[in-house]
Amino acid sequence: MLIPIEAILFCFLIVMAVVIAQLEDLFAAAMLTGIFSLLSAGLFTVMDAVDVAFTEAAVGAGVSTVFILGTLSLTTKWEDQQAPRIWPFAAVGIMGAALIYGTLDMPGYGEIHSAPNQHLARQFIEIETQAFLDSHGGGHAEVEHAPAPEEAHTPAGDEHGAAHGSSDAEAASEHRQKAVGLPNIVTSILASYRGYDTFGETAVIFTAAVGVLLLLRTRRREEDAEDEEEAQEHAPSPQAEASP
Amino acid sequence: MSPVPMKMRDKVILRVVSKVFIPFMFLFALYVQFHGDFGPGGGFQAGVIFAAGFILYGLIFGLRTLREAIPPRIVECGLALGLLLYGGTGLTSILLGANFLDYDALNPAHPTHGQHLGILLVELGVGITVTAAMTLIFYSLAGRAQR
Repeated sequence: MLIPIEAILFCFLIVMAVVIAQLEDLFAAAMLTGIFSLLSAGLFTVMDAVDVAFTEAAVGAGVSTVFILGTLSLTTKWEDQQAPRIWPFAAVGIMGAALIYGTLDMPGYGEIHSAPNQHLARQFIEIETQAFLDSHGGGHAEVEHAPAPEEAHTPAGDEHGAAHGSSDAEAASEHRQKAVGLPNIVTSILASYRGYDTFGETAVIFTAAVGVLLLLRTRRREEDAEDEEEAQEHAPSPQAEASP
Repeated sequence: MSPVPMKMRDKVILRVVSKVFIPFMFLFALYVQFHGDFGPGGGFQAGVIFAAGFILYGLIFGLRTLREAIPPRIVECGLALGLLLYGGTGLTSILLGANFLDYDALNPAHPTHGQHLGILLVELGVGITVTAAMTLIFYSLAGRAQR
Protein backbone atom coordinates (compact mmCIF):
# COMPACT_ATOMS: atom_id res chain seq x y z
CA MET A 1 0.00 0.00 0.00
CA LEU A 2 1.23 3.45 -0.87
CA ILE A 3 1.17 5.77 2.10
CA PRO A 4 0.70 9.42 1.09
CA ILE A 5 3.43 10.48 3.49
CA GLU A 6 3.81 13.94 1.95
CA ALA A 7 0.13 14.71 2.41
CA ILE A 8 0.27 13.46 6.00
CA LEU A 9 3.31 15.60 6.78
CA PHE A 10 1.65 18.63 5.18
CA CYS A 11 -1.44 18.09 7.33
CA PHE A 12 0.75 17.94 10.42
CA LEU A 13 2.45 21.17 9.35
CA ILE A 14 -0.88 22.95 8.95
CA VAL A 15 -2.13 21.69 12.31
CA MET A 16 1.13 22.79 13.91
CA ALA A 17 0.96 26.26 12.35
CA VAL A 18 -2.62 26.78 13.55
CA VAL A 19 -1.74 25.61 17.05
CA ILE A 20 1.31 27.89 17.20
CA ALA A 21 -0.81 30.85 16.12
CA GLN A 22 -3.41 30.02 18.80
CA LEU A 23 -1.07 29.43 21.72
CA GLU A 24 -0.56 32.15 24.27
CA ASP A 25 2.17 30.29 26.11
CA LEU A 26 5.25 31.43 24.25
CA PHE A 27 7.43 28.68 25.69
CA ALA A 28 5.14 26.01 24.23
CA ALA A 29 4.98 27.95 20.98
CA ALA A 30 8.78 28.00 20.80
CA MET A 31 8.94 24.24 21.29
CA LEU A 32 6.27 23.71 18.66
CA THR A 33 8.26 25.82 16.17
CA GLY A 34 11.05 23.33 16.69
CA ILE A 35 8.68 20.47 15.94
CA PHE A 36 7.41 22.38 12.90
CA SER A 37 10.98 22.58 11.61
CA LEU A 38 11.55 18.90 12.27
CA LEU A 39 8.41 18.02 10.32
CA SER A 40 9.48 20.19 7.41
CA ALA A 41 12.89 18.52 7.54
CA GLY A 42 11.09 15.19 7.19
CA LEU A 43 9.12 16.57 4.28
CA PHE A 44 12.31 17.74 2.56
CA THR A 45 13.84 14.32 3.05
CA VAL A 46 10.85 12.67 1.44
CA MET A 47 11.20 15.13 -1.45
CA ASP A 48 14.86 14.12 -1.91
CA ALA A 49 16.21 17.50 -0.83
CA VAL A 50 18.47 15.92 1.75
CA ASP A 51 20.86 18.84 2.14
CA VAL A 52 18.01 21.25 2.76
CA ALA A 53 16.45 18.81 5.21
CA PHE A 54 19.76 18.60 7.04
CA THR A 55 19.98 22.36 7.34
CA GLU A 56 16.38 22.65 8.43
CA ALA A 57 16.84 20.01 11.13
CA ALA A 58 20.07 21.51 12.45
CA VAL A 59 19.13 25.18 12.26
CA GLY A 60 15.35 25.20 12.54
CA ALA A 61 14.77 22.41 15.02
CA GLY A 62 18.05 22.78 16.89
CA VAL A 63 19.83 26.05 17.24
CA SER A 64 17.06 28.52 16.46
CA THR A 65 14.81 26.96 19.11
CA VAL A 66 17.55 27.63 21.64
CA PHE A 67 17.84 31.20 20.40
CA ILE A 68 14.08 31.72 20.65
CA LEU A 69 14.16 30.38 24.21
CA GLY A 70 17.07 32.69 24.99
CA THR A 71 15.07 35.62 23.65
CA LEU A 72 12.07 34.52 25.71
CA SER A 73 14.15 34.65 28.84
CA LEU A 74 14.80 38.31 28.07
CA THR A 75 11.11 39.09 27.69
CA THR A 76 8.06 37.34 29.07
CA LYS A 77 6.61 33.88 28.77
CA TRP A 78 3.08 34.90 27.87
CA GLU A 79 1.67 36.58 24.85
CA ASP A 80 -0.05 39.93 25.39
CA GLN A 81 -3.80 39.66 25.23
CA GLN A 82 -5.03 41.60 22.25
CA ALA A 83 -8.35 41.92 20.57
CA PRO A 84 -8.27 40.11 17.24
CA ARG A 85 -7.43 42.56 14.49
CA ILE A 86 -8.87 42.24 11.05
CA TRP A 87 -6.30 44.04 8.89
CA PRO A 88 -3.24 41.94 9.63
CA PHE A 89 -5.34 38.82 9.11
CA ALA A 90 -6.60 40.17 5.78
CA ALA A 91 -3.07 41.07 4.69
CA VAL A 92 -1.81 37.58 5.50
CA GLY A 93 -4.80 35.99 3.79
CA ILE A 94 -4.33 38.02 0.60
CA MET A 95 -0.62 37.28 0.58
CA GLY A 96 -1.27 33.56 0.99
CA ALA A 97 -3.85 33.61 -1.80
CA ALA A 98 -1.36 35.42 -4.05
CA LEU A 99 1.29 32.80 -3.32
CA ILE A 100 -1.11 29.97 -4.11
CA TYR A 101 -2.07 31.77 -7.32
CA GLY A 102 1.62 32.02 -8.14
CA THR A 103 2.11 28.28 -7.79
CA LEU A 104 -0.56 27.56 -10.42
CA ASP A 105 1.99 28.35 -13.11
CA MET A 106 4.65 26.11 -11.66
CA PRO A 107 5.36 22.68 -13.10
CA GLY A 108 4.03 19.72 -11.17
CA TYR A 109 6.05 18.18 -8.35
CA GLY A 110 8.76 15.98 -9.85
CA GLU A 111 7.72 16.88 -13.40
CA ILE A 112 10.44 15.55 -15.67
CA HIS A 113 9.52 17.89 -18.53
CA SER A 114 9.77 21.05 -16.45
CA ALA A 115 12.31 23.63 -17.57
CA PRO A 116 14.88 23.12 -14.78
CA ASN A 117 14.81 19.35 -15.14
CA GLN A 118 15.31 19.66 -18.89
CA HIS A 119 18.04 22.29 -18.91
CA LEU A 120 20.14 23.40 -16.00
CA ALA A 121 19.76 20.48 -13.61
CA ARG A 122 20.22 18.00 -16.44
CA GLN A 123 23.35 19.76 -17.65
CA PHE A 124 24.86 19.78 -14.20
CA ILE A 125 24.06 16.14 -13.64
CA GLU A 126 25.41 15.04 -17.01
CA ILE A 127 28.61 17.07 -16.73
CA GLU A 128 29.21 15.93 -13.19
CA THR A 129 28.46 12.29 -13.85
CA GLN A 130 30.91 12.34 -16.74
CA ALA A 131 33.59 14.01 -14.65
CA PHE A 132 33.10 11.66 -11.75
CA LEU A 133 33.38 8.61 -13.95
CA ASP A 134 36.42 10.11 -15.70
CA SER A 135 38.23 10.78 -12.48
CA HIS A 136 37.52 7.32 -11.15
CA GLY A 137 38.62 5.55 -14.29
CA GLY A 138 36.51 3.30 -16.48
CA GLY A 139 32.88 3.87 -17.11
CA HIS A 140 33.56 5.82 -20.31
CA ALA A 141 31.44 3.60 -22.44
CA GLU A 142 28.45 3.94 -20.18
CA VAL A 143 28.30 7.68 -20.51
CA GLU A 144 29.52 8.03 -24.08
CA HIS A 145 26.02 7.75 -25.41
CA ALA A 146 24.95 10.85 -23.55
CA PRO A 147 25.03 13.79 -25.96
CA ALA A 148 25.38 16.11 -23.00
CA PRO A 149 28.93 17.51 -23.20
CA GLU A 150 28.51 18.96 -26.67
CA GLU A 151 25.11 20.49 -26.22
CA ALA A 152 25.93 21.65 -22.73
CA HIS A 153 29.15 23.30 -23.73
CA THR A 154 28.07 26.83 -24.44
CA PRO A 155 26.00 27.78 -21.39
CA ALA A 156 28.27 26.19 -18.84
CA GLY A 157 31.27 27.67 -20.60
CA ASP A 158 29.73 31.13 -20.23
CA GLU A 159 29.45 30.70 -16.50
CA HIS A 160 33.05 29.89 -16.10
CA GLY A 161 34.47 32.40 -18.52
CA ALA A 162 37.12 31.18 -20.87
CA ALA A 163 38.91 27.94 -20.18
CA HIS A 164 42.24 29.01 -18.80
CA GLY A 165 44.76 27.55 -16.44
CA SER A 166 43.74 24.09 -17.56
CA SER A 167 45.51 24.62 -20.89
CA ASP A 168 48.54 22.78 -19.60
CA ALA A 169 46.44 19.91 -18.38
CA GLU A 170 46.39 16.62 -20.15
CA ALA A 171 44.97 16.53 -23.64
CA ALA A 172 41.95 14.53 -22.64
CA SER A 173 40.70 17.14 -20.28
CA GLU A 174 40.83 19.83 -22.95
CA HIS A 175 37.87 18.25 -24.62
CA ARG A 176 36.22 17.53 -21.35
CA GLN A 177 33.67 19.88 -19.93
CA LYS A 178 35.03 21.87 -17.03
CA ALA A 179 33.62 20.05 -14.06
CA VAL A 180 34.02 19.36 -10.37
CA GLY A 181 33.51 15.64 -10.27
CA LEU A 182 32.00 15.17 -6.84
CA PRO A 183 29.27 12.65 -6.10
CA ASN A 184 27.22 15.22 -4.19
CA ILE A 185 26.14 17.63 -6.87
CA VAL A 186 24.68 20.02 -4.31
CA THR A 187 28.14 20.57 -2.86
CA SER A 188 29.63 21.05 -6.33
CA ILE A 189 27.06 23.70 -7.16
CA LEU A 190 27.25 25.46 -3.80
CA ALA A 191 30.99 25.54 -3.40
CA SER A 192 32.28 25.61 -6.95
CA TYR A 193 29.77 26.58 -9.65
CA ARG A 194 28.20 29.11 -7.31
CA GLY A 195 31.21 29.65 -5.08
CA TYR A 196 30.86 33.39 -5.34
CA ASP A 197 27.29 33.24 -3.99
CA THR A 198 28.34 31.06 -1.10
CA PHE A 199 31.13 33.51 -0.35
CA GLY A 200 28.47 36.21 -0.13
CA GLU A 201 26.34 34.04 2.14
CA THR A 202 29.26 33.43 4.46
CA ALA A 203 29.86 37.16 4.53
CA VAL A 204 26.18 37.65 5.43
CA ILE A 205 26.52 35.22 8.35
CA PHE A 206 29.67 37.03 9.43
CA THR A 207 27.91 40.40 9.24
CA ALA A 208 24.88 39.10 11.11
CA ALA A 209 27.04 37.79 13.95
CA VAL A 210 28.94 41.09 14.10
CA GLY A 211 25.62 42.93 14.22
CA VAL A 212 24.36 40.75 17.07
CA LEU A 213 27.61 41.33 18.91
CA LEU A 214 27.38 45.09 18.48
CA LEU A 215 23.77 45.18 19.64
CA LEU A 216 23.82 42.73 22.54
CA ARG A 217 27.37 42.95 23.83
CA THR A 218 27.48 46.58 24.75
CA ARG A 219 28.81 46.30 28.27
CA ARG A 220 31.59 43.88 27.94
CA ARG A 221 33.96 45.29 30.54
CA GLU A 222 31.33 45.40 33.27
CA GLU A 223 30.23 41.90 32.38
CA ASP A 224 33.73 40.55 32.74
CA ALA A 225 34.08 42.29 36.07
CA GLU A 226 30.80 40.76 37.21
CA ASP A 227 31.97 37.37 36.09
CA GLU A 228 35.12 37.66 38.12
CA GLU A 229 33.17 38.70 41.19
CA GLU A 230 30.81 35.80 40.76
CA ALA A 231 33.69 33.43 40.25
CA GLN A 232 35.21 34.52 43.51
CA GLU A 233 31.96 33.84 45.29
CA HIS A 234 32.22 30.25 44.01
CA ALA A 235 30.37 28.92 41.13
CA PRO A 236 27.14 27.03 41.86
CA SER A 237 25.71 29.57 44.23
CA PRO A 238 21.98 29.38 44.93
CA GLN A 239 21.55 32.97 43.75
CA ALA A 240 20.80 31.51 40.36
CA GLU A 241 18.21 33.85 38.99
CA ALA A 242 17.01 31.11 36.75
CA SER A 243 13.62 29.55 36.94
CA PRO A 244 13.51 26.25 35.13
CA MET B 1 13.30 30.05 31.53
CA SER B 2 16.82 31.26 31.27
CA PRO B 3 19.05 29.58 28.71
CA VAL B 4 21.56 28.96 31.47
CA PRO B 5 19.63 27.72 34.47
CA MET B 6 22.11 26.88 37.19
CA LYS B 7 19.95 24.03 38.32
CA MET B 8 20.60 22.10 35.13
CA ARG B 9 24.07 21.39 36.39
CA ASP B 10 22.65 19.43 39.30
CA LYS B 11 20.50 17.14 37.21
CA VAL B 12 22.51 13.97 36.99
CA ILE B 13 20.79 12.47 33.98
CA LEU B 14 21.13 15.61 31.89
CA ARG B 15 24.76 15.98 32.91
CA VAL B 16 25.77 12.41 32.21
CA VAL B 17 23.81 12.06 28.99
CA SER B 18 25.06 15.32 27.57
CA LYS B 19 28.64 14.52 28.52
CA VAL B 20 28.35 11.24 26.69
CA PHE B 21 26.65 12.83 23.69
CA ILE B 22 28.76 15.93 23.12
CA PRO B 23 31.88 14.13 21.79
CA PHE B 24 29.71 12.21 19.34
CA MET B 25 28.08 15.45 18.24
CA PHE B 26 31.50 16.88 17.46
CA LEU B 27 32.51 13.70 15.67
CA PHE B 28 29.30 13.78 13.63
CA ALA B 29 29.90 17.45 12.83
CA LEU B 30 33.37 16.61 11.54
CA TYR B 31 31.91 13.79 9.48
CA VAL B 32 29.30 16.10 7.99
CA GLN B 33 32.00 18.69 7.34
CA PHE B 34 34.46 16.48 5.53
CA HIS B 35 32.05 14.03 3.98
CA GLY B 36 29.92 16.81 2.50
CA ASP B 37 31.52 16.17 -0.90
CA PHE B 38 30.10 12.68 -1.00
CA GLY B 39 26.94 12.71 1.05
CA PRO B 40 24.48 15.27 2.29
CA GLY B 41 25.92 18.00 4.39
CA GLY B 42 28.66 20.54 4.17
CA GLY B 43 30.20 23.44 5.98
CA PHE B 44 27.00 25.14 7.01
CA GLN B 45 25.33 22.09 8.51
CA ALA B 46 28.54 20.97 10.17
CA GLY B 47 29.06 24.41 11.65
CA VAL B 48 25.59 24.43 13.13
CA ILE B 49 26.01 20.94 14.61
CA PHE B 50 29.38 21.89 16.04
CA ALA B 51 27.91 25.03 17.58
CA ALA B 52 24.99 22.96 18.90
CA GLY B 53 27.53 20.89 20.81
CA PHE B 54 28.97 24.02 22.40
CA ILE B 55 25.51 25.36 23.14
CA LEU B 56 24.42 22.10 24.77
CA TYR B 57 27.52 22.24 26.94
CA GLY B 58 26.72 25.82 27.84
CA LEU B 59 23.10 24.98 28.63
CA ILE B 60 24.00 22.15 30.97
CA PHE B 61 27.18 23.33 32.63
CA GLY B 62 26.60 27.06 32.61
CA LEU B 63 27.76 29.91 30.46
CA ARG B 64 30.87 30.59 32.50
CA THR B 65 32.17 27.04 32.15
CA LEU B 66 31.67 27.30 28.40
CA ARG B 67 33.45 30.67 28.37
CA GLU B 68 36.39 29.10 30.14
CA ALA B 69 36.47 26.20 27.72
CA ILE B 70 36.17 28.37 24.61
CA PRO B 71 36.98 32.01 25.32
CA PRO B 72 34.79 34.44 23.34
CA ARG B 73 37.93 36.12 22.05
CA ILE B 74 38.92 32.94 20.23
CA VAL B 75 35.42 32.49 18.83
CA GLU B 76 35.50 36.06 17.54
CA CYS B 77 38.79 35.30 15.80
CA GLY B 78 37.22 32.17 14.30
CA LEU B 79 34.34 34.23 12.93
CA ALA B 80 36.75 36.27 10.84
CA LEU B 81 39.14 33.39 10.18
CA GLY B 82 36.52 31.32 8.35
CA LEU B 83 35.61 34.14 6.01
CA LEU B 84 39.29 34.91 5.46
CA LEU B 85 39.94 31.26 4.62
CA TYR B 86 37.18 31.40 2.02
CA GLY B 87 38.39 34.69 0.57
CA GLY B 88 41.98 33.54 0.80
CA THR B 89 41.21 30.49 -1.32
CA GLY B 90 39.72 32.82 -3.91
CA LEU B 91 42.73 35.13 -3.79
CA THR B 92 45.09 32.16 -4.10
CA SER B 93 43.37 31.13 -7.29
CA ILE B 94 43.78 34.71 -8.57
CA LEU B 95 47.46 34.68 -7.67
CA LEU B 96 47.82 31.39 -9.53
CA GLY B 97 46.49 33.11 -12.63
CA ALA B 98 42.86 32.02 -12.72
CA ASN B 99 39.56 33.66 -11.87
CA PHE B 100 38.42 34.35 -8.32
CA LEU B 101 37.42 31.02 -6.69
CA ASP B 102 38.42 29.01 -9.76
CA TYR B 103 39.81 25.98 -7.96
CA ASP B 104 41.17 24.37 -11.10
CA ALA B 105 44.24 26.57 -10.67
CA LEU B 106 45.07 24.96 -7.31
CA ASN B 107 46.24 21.84 -9.09
CA PRO B 108 46.75 22.53 -12.81
CA ALA B 109 47.83 18.98 -13.54
CA HIS B 110 44.58 17.56 -12.15
CA PRO B 111 41.85 20.22 -12.27
CA THR B 112 39.44 17.85 -10.54
CA HIS B 113 41.80 17.44 -7.61
CA GLY B 114 42.17 21.20 -7.49
CA GLN B 115 38.39 21.47 -7.34
CA HIS B 116 38.24 19.02 -4.47
CA LEU B 117 40.95 20.86 -2.53
CA GLY B 118 39.27 24.19 -3.14
CA ILE B 119 35.87 22.90 -2.04
CA LEU B 120 37.40 21.36 1.07
CA LEU B 121 39.04 24.66 2.06
CA VAL B 122 36.00 26.74 1.24
CA GLU B 123 33.65 24.45 3.16
CA LEU B 124 36.03 24.51 6.08
CA GLY B 125 35.87 28.30 6.01
CA VAL B 126 32.07 28.21 5.98
CA GLY B 127 32.07 25.71 8.83
CA ILE B 128 34.38 27.80 11.02
CA THR B 129 32.42 30.99 10.42
CA VAL B 130 29.05 29.35 11.08
CA THR B 131 30.28 27.65 14.26
CA ALA B 132 31.67 30.94 15.52
CA ALA B 133 28.57 32.92 14.55
CA MET B 134 26.15 30.54 16.28
CA THR B 135 28.32 30.29 19.38
CA LEU B 136 28.71 34.06 19.58
CA ILE B 137 24.98 34.63 19.23
CA PHE B 138 24.46 32.17 22.06
CA TYR B 139 27.09 33.95 24.16
CA SER B 140 25.42 37.29 23.57
CA LEU B 141 21.87 36.11 24.25
CA ALA B 142 22.72 34.00 27.27
CA GLY B 143 25.11 36.59 28.68
CA ARG B 144 22.33 39.13 28.59
CA ALA B 145 19.72 36.76 29.97
CA GLN B 146 21.91 35.98 32.96
CA ARG B 147 21.79 39.52 34.27
